[in-house]
Amino acid sequence: MAPLLQITNLHAGIDGVEILRGVNLTVNPGEVHSIMGPNGSGKSTLARVLAGQKSYQVTQGSILYNGRDLLEMEPDERAGEGVFLAFQYPLEIPGVSTKYFIKAALNAIRKRRGLEELDAFEFLTFVKERAKLVDLDMALLDRNVNEGFSGGEKKRAEIFQMAVLEPRLAILDETDSGLDIDALKTVAEGVNMLRGPERATIIVTHYQRLLNYIVPDFVHVLMGGRIVKSGGKELALALEEKGYAWTENKADATVNVATVNV
Amino acid sequence: MTTMTTMPEMSATDLLATDFERQSGAARASLTTLRRGAFDRFGQLGYPTTRNEQWKYTSVKPIAEAALRLADAPLTPPHQRELAEYVFSDDEHRLVFVNGRFDPALSAGAAPLPLPRGVHLESLADAPAGNAATIQSHLARHADYDDAAFVALNTAFLHDGAFIRIERGVVVEKPIHLLFITRPGDAPGVVHPRVLIIVEDDASATVIETYAGPDGSKYFTNAVAEVVVGERSSIDHYRIGREGDGAFHIGRINLHQLRSSSVTLHVATLGGALVRNEINAVIDAEGCNCDLYGVYAASGTQHVDNHLRVDHLKPRCNSRELFKGILDGHATGVFRGRIFVAQGAHKTDAKQTSRSLLLSDTARARSAPQLEIFADDVKCTHGATIGQLDEDAIFYMQARGISRDDARDMLIFAFANEALAQIRHQPIRARLEALLWERLPHGSLARGP
Repeated sequence: MAPLLQITNLHAGIDGVEILRGVNLTVNPGEVHSIMGPNGSGKSTLARVLAGQKSYQVTQGSILYNGRDLLEMEPDERAGEGVFLAFQYPLEIPGVSTKYFIKAALNAIRKRRGLEELDAFEFLTFVKERAKLVDLDMALLDRNVNEGFSGGEKKRAEIFQMAVLEPRLAILDETDSGLDIDALKTVAEGVNMLRGPERATIIVTHYQRLLNYIVPDFVHVLMGGRIVKSGGKELALALEEKGYAWTENKADATVNVATVNV
Repeated sequence: MTTMTTMPEMSATDLLATDFERQSGAARASLTTLRRGAFDRFGQLGYPTTRNEQWKYTSVKPIAEAALRLADAPLTPPHQRELAEYVFSDDEHRLVFVNGRFDPALSAGAAPLPLPRGVHLESLADAPAGNAATIQSHLARHADYDDAAFVALNTAFLHDGAFIRIERGVVVEKPIHLLFITRPGDAPGVVHPRVLIIVEDDASATVIETYAGPDGSKYFTNAVAEVVVGERSSIDHYRIGREGDGAFHIGRINLHQLRSSSVTLHVATLGGALVRNEINAVIDAEGCNCDLYGVYAASGTQHVDNHLRVDHLKPRCNSRELFKGILDGHATGVFRGRIFVAQGAHKTDAKQTSRSLLLSDTARARSAPQLEIFADDVKCTHGATIGQLDEDAIFYMQARGISRDDARDMLIFAFANEALAQIRHQPIRARLEALLWERLPHGSLARGP
């Protein structure tokens, strides 16, 4: 099986400061990976580089997505090819209704996939069904994108957008932060329902608790810009118990292994 | 040796005097004194320079130096179908002026709407005698030219224009559209459209003024409108600038509000090389509401100036100003808003907001609010922002599959829409949205829900 995503020796940073220092990661279709790590370890940088945020510069390494060079693609092209980033801090867009925004996004993506644009009725029916999936208040659709949404509503709206756009590779950047336990469960249900043999998910998180509800196949610990440890779901539990410091003395050894793999 | 003799070229002043005398013969006798007085005053004032504080950011040198002649009637008048571009629907009462002259045939159109009882819609040049007293008591009484060169010039050439009178208690349901079309000749021409609108007590109306002309010609529209809104009356007023890309447009609106009256004015500037909208509102009675909205989109080397003055003379009145400008290329946007609150005009609530969006590094915006408050217990605020598109928002939209160009368009449109959304008359809102959309750098996106 060809990997959906293959990150090799990725070095990237912002404003001349290197944050990612040789990340290697392979994600196959159907898999759920969790990237964990302390603050400042480079988790969000990795997520944003994958989505194509221009303020981050990739200085070394490569990312293959579905066999194509992801770094050559514009952010909207990546989205069209099925990459989705649920933002840690979703942007507010005054003057643009959520409904209009999501319709523009869906139709742009459908167009790229060679599908017909949905008419107003089809669109509304589809959107209603997806909103139900993540228990999103339909009234939010008539409000401007994320404007005045609570923290929880913003996160829920991100997962709703994901449910509408049906990505092949979903990257959830700290989606659990700011969510109470009920919201967390709903969001997790939404994500789980979208799991499938063709799709993969990368969950970037600081804490283990979301992983109680979205069970990952692999857990990676990112520290100092490198993946220092990889394992199964039990690794998340070990981290929760022992803290990130526990992995630090093993960092060098793991890096060596990673280098050999390259 | 040969001697070359050339005809001495006439100076701009001589041209003006020639045109003034030429037109005086045709104008109404009752206007002679007014016209002469205004002409003499213009002679003293001359064209304003940037040394004049009110004209600091807008140079009218191109107008002063353009050797403009009073525009004649065009050799070929526009065809009815050319109006289609400018009309909002067939469901409007319409007066059409070509090069400043009332055109009865175009105004009547294919199927003119019958005027409701109590609504007078006439050409100023041949308003029936029944309205002479009303005209006499209002014309040039609100747009003072003593310190306003362009108003003086307009008044000096006062000849034709639109007269609207809504009688007491009459509610006009369909909009009244005054369409001023310029058809430039070979030489740069000037027209001085004049509008007088009297909404008597307990009445209401929607009035649209459109100023339009073709691209590729130099001409000058110098418009003055005087609007009197009676007690408990309201007017929904639109001034839509669709001048050609070589046009100069100076447009004054003087609003005079009586007790408990309400004004909503939208000024949309979508064309012209050098445009200045001057709005003077005099709120001279208690309990009035005055909402002034503006939107403009300028590119190339366009210069758009919105110059507002609101005088709160009596207590308990509200005024709102919201102006939004989109500036691309080397365009310049100027906003000057003066709010004057007279002694005793307590409980005044005045809010002024000006926002400019710069789409290029070479576009410029200037904003100069001015509050003069001589009363206690008033609420006056002003805010001015000059900004660029939010790159993070663009990335967010791109990350959802929307192309960069479309994301920009959506953000620009959303910016302007804050003002457009306030337009009550749906056909106007829809048309202005479409026109604005066309003027956006890309404009490829299908409009959404």
